[in-house]
Amino acid sequence: MSDGYVTPDGRTIGGKVLEMRNITLRFGGVVAIKDISFDIREGEIRAIIGPNGAGKSSMLNVINGFYHPQEGEIWFHGEKRKPMKPYQIAKQGIARTFQNIALFKGMSTLDNIMTGRFNQMKTNMLAQMLWKGPAAREEAENREIVERVIDFLEIQAIRKTPVGALPYGLQKRVELGRALAAQPKLLLLDEPMAGMNVEEKEDMSRFILDVNDEFGTTIALIEHDMGVVMDISDRVVVMDYGKKIGDGTPDEVRNNQDVIDAYLGVDHG
Amino acid sequence: MSANVLPEGLDTFPKLLARNATQWAKVPAYREKEYGIWQSWSWSEVAEEVNALAMGYVALGLNEGDFVAVIGRNRPYLYWAMLAAQAAGAIPVPLYQDANAEEMAYVLEHCGARFIIAEDQEQVDKVLEIQDQLPNVEQIIYYDKRGMRKYDHTQLTAYDDVQAEGRAGHARLEPVLKERQAKLDENSTCVMLYTSGTTGKPKGVVLSNTNIIASAKASSEFDNLNAGDSVLAYLPMAWVGDFIFSIGQSCWTGFCVACPESPDTMQADLREIGPSYFFAPPRFFEGLLTNVMIRIEDASPMKKKLFHMFMAHAKKVGPDLLDGKPVSFGDKLKYKLGDLLIYGPLKNTLGLSKVRVGYTAGEAIGPEIFEFYRSLGINLKQLYGQTEASVFITQQPDGEVRADTVGVPSPGVELKIADNGEVFYRSPGTFVEYYKNPESTADTKDAEGWVATGDAGFIEESSGHLRIIDRAKDVGKMADGRMFAPKFVENKLKFYPDILEAVVFGAGRENCVAFINIDLGAVGNWAERNNIAYASYQELAGHPLVLGAIQEHIAEVNVSVAADEMLSGCQIHRFLVLHKELDPDDGEMTRTRKVRRKLVAEKFDDLVSALYDGAKTISTETEVTYEDGRKGAIKATLELRDVAVVPATKEVAA
Repeated sequence: MSDGYVTPDGRTIGGKVLEMRNITLRFGGVVAIKDISFDIREGEIRAIIGPNGAGKSSMLNVINGFYHPQEGEIWFHGEKRKPMKPYQIAKQGIARTFQNIALFKGMSTLDNIMTGRFNQMKTNMLAQMLWKGPAAREEAENREIVERVIDFLEIQAIRKTPVGALPYGLQKRVELGRALAAQPKLLLLDEPMAGMNVEEKEDMSRFILDVNDEFGTTIALIEHDMGVVMDISDRVVVMDYGKKIGDGTPDEVRNNQDVIDAYLGVDHG
Repeated sequence: MSANVLPEGLDTFPKLLARNATQWAKVPAYREKEYGIWQSWSWSEVAEEVNALAMGYVALGLNEGDFVAVIGRNRPYLYWAMLAAQAAGAIPVPLYQDANAEEMAYVLEHCGARFIIAEDQEQVDKVLEIQDQLPNVEQIIYYDKRGMRKYDHTQLTAYDDVQAEGRAGHARLEPVLKERQAKLDENSTCVMLYTSGTTGKPKGVVLSNTNIIASAKASSEFDNLNAGDSVLAYLPMAWVGDFIFSIGQSCWTGFCVACPESPDTMQADLREIGPSYFFAPPRFFEGLLTNVMIRIEDASPMKKKLFHMFMAHAKKVGPDLLDGKPVSFGDKLKYKLGDLLIYGPLKNTLGLSKVRVGYTAGEAIGPEIFEFYRSLGINLKQLYGQTEASVFITQQPDGEVRADTVGVPSPGVELKIADNGEVFYRSPGTFVEYYKNPESTADTKDAEGWVATGDAGFIEESSGHLRIIDRAKDVGKMADGRMFAPKFVENKLKFYPDILEAVVFGAGRENCVAFINIDLGAVGNWAERNNIAYASYQELAGHPLVLGAIQEHIAEVNVSVAADEMLSGCQIHRFLVLHKELDPDDGEMTRTRKVRRKLVAEKFDDLVSALYDGAKTISTETEVTYEDGRKGAIKATLELRDVAVVPATKEVAA
């Protein structure tokens, strides 16, 4: 497995993009993540699942630099990553969405997705205010990338609608759009399907698969809905009480006794 | 029948396209909004694209006389796919894009298409699902590459790749095209269109070059359409009207066809394009007016007052101004002011400010709705047509526009009314035949070329205009012998914004009863304004206040029906509001949203009986099909209500 593998549907998965080695994260006396190691490979859809409070979101926050683990190492593209600020990590090509939607409610869909391009803009604020030469050109270039994202996610009809006026399912899609606009190498999705109905979940699953297929983006996602996770991901990490209790293909995980116990509930004593 | 109605050298589409590419080389022919920007192609560019695709078809093995099925929403590429089929000596067959796999299987099997042009993954999936029933299908060409990477490409080819192959082999393929095109003439088949069919299976209507080009020519001249005009193509490509407007008239006059960015953005795109020539079914105009009224209800009191004041004035003088009738100076001045403050901005918001010629057809339009648009200064007219006539049978000339007629015979069309009231016509646009269906052809078209429309109507003596009463087969008798014309009553009901659809029963019965579908947009907004809580369509449809409002509407309709001597027996005695919307997915309507009366009567048999046996409520369960094809059931208890009718004695006295 060290040099990648081929998925049942014929995609070739490459080497390690991100490797978490013996990560431990504590908040005071509370241990959120306890000595967890796993890797994310190029081109794969990697899921992190587990019951409530298992430490899934904390793990995502460690990956994108919101939290700094007390122990353990993070290796990114074969290099050990120094402690960084989230924006520095974003510049390395890691984008994310949030569990409880973090968009600018009063801004339009278009403007919200444009903010995803912020890190790629080089001209200064004064030039942008004057709207001349390089600044105008730069905006046009970025707008084109954003328009392709809008087309991809089929949200042309809400291009100019304030995000606050949109239904929940569409807001989730806009948030995915903002993350995609950054053209990430690694996309982190925090419960992309939480609170959605069956149809919206199917749409979102299709978009996630299409992003992976179309742009070759590596995706790590946290999800509650076991059905969806098993359908779309290549490999799954299962967490429970901050520990890793399973790691493998959906089938392997499904038959893992520890995982079954965690989900169906046994005495943890 | 009518030989040589077409000018020399312009009797096929490849010839028209070649003329346009020289005559209007730089004039925009097609536009489409993509990535937020309107892209456009001039006639010379279109000719090149079509030519490349046609050569690609030939390279892939398309034969002369083959049928090429085209499935997708209105996009320039798909129009070119049809023009390219013609350029390669084949016959395009556009299909309804929202048809499900079984409906599609029937049509594809019937025409035996070897080539299928599908817009995207969704359409390709549908074809692949039914492929084992279709031994004839050899090539599926798709435009949108998204999600297609992992498919088995032994029979799949991307549109771009087909064009690239055509361009690469042009030295070899160009002569083949030339040779094939030389064999085409005005009698060659131009297109085959499947009728939606309110009864039975769809029929393939074969239309020749004469049919399409002569109709396009006559109708373009009727309304002075020219290369400076523009249309928005948003109606199904499988519908004859879209073929006539977006291919026929466009190629004939050289005007520009704009395609919306996505089906949901149609309204915004309409506003950006501001077409000068516009077609929409009455349903569209009704929906638009309902939206305007809802928004006015929510506007500030000042705006509301201004709107109502100027609309009242527009109603008074607007239609006269449009018809060029004399209007006093004061009224003209007030109308100008109204135009500045209300009509102009409103038309702009609706995207109709540049409309020079607007048509509505397919169903009757409510007089108030019709007058509303005309009073704003929009030249909205009615036409009457069908696939078998290449659209045009009658249409209204400028200055003779009325809500209750469908106009005078279109240029070149002869009309006659049979003894039973059925309308017959004969014209250069009259179809060749139903494909592989000589019996139906013989039933519809006689040896002299007269075609039965299936509609009952009469020609008004004073004006020469045709008036349509109903479908001839739906016009029946009630138990006591009085005339029963359901559509006549249904149309009156549908003119109320609350009522989306109505189905009236009464043939062979003592009196008439009706099913009503409420309009969720209008009624929902009304509920919101009156603090009426509801959780679902079903709950709103069953609300006593809603039933009360509908009851009042029906009572008003009864009064108006009673005034018509012939049809006074069609007053509605009892009604119910259906717990679900009639839906094409459940087979209750055609894809063009016409009610399948018989099927509805059979499906809701229990409800019809309840209306006649005097029950106060009824519990029922109905099977529904969801968009993805799964089935479910809705249970409901419906309330049945009586409506006041105008007593028969009064009508005897009158």
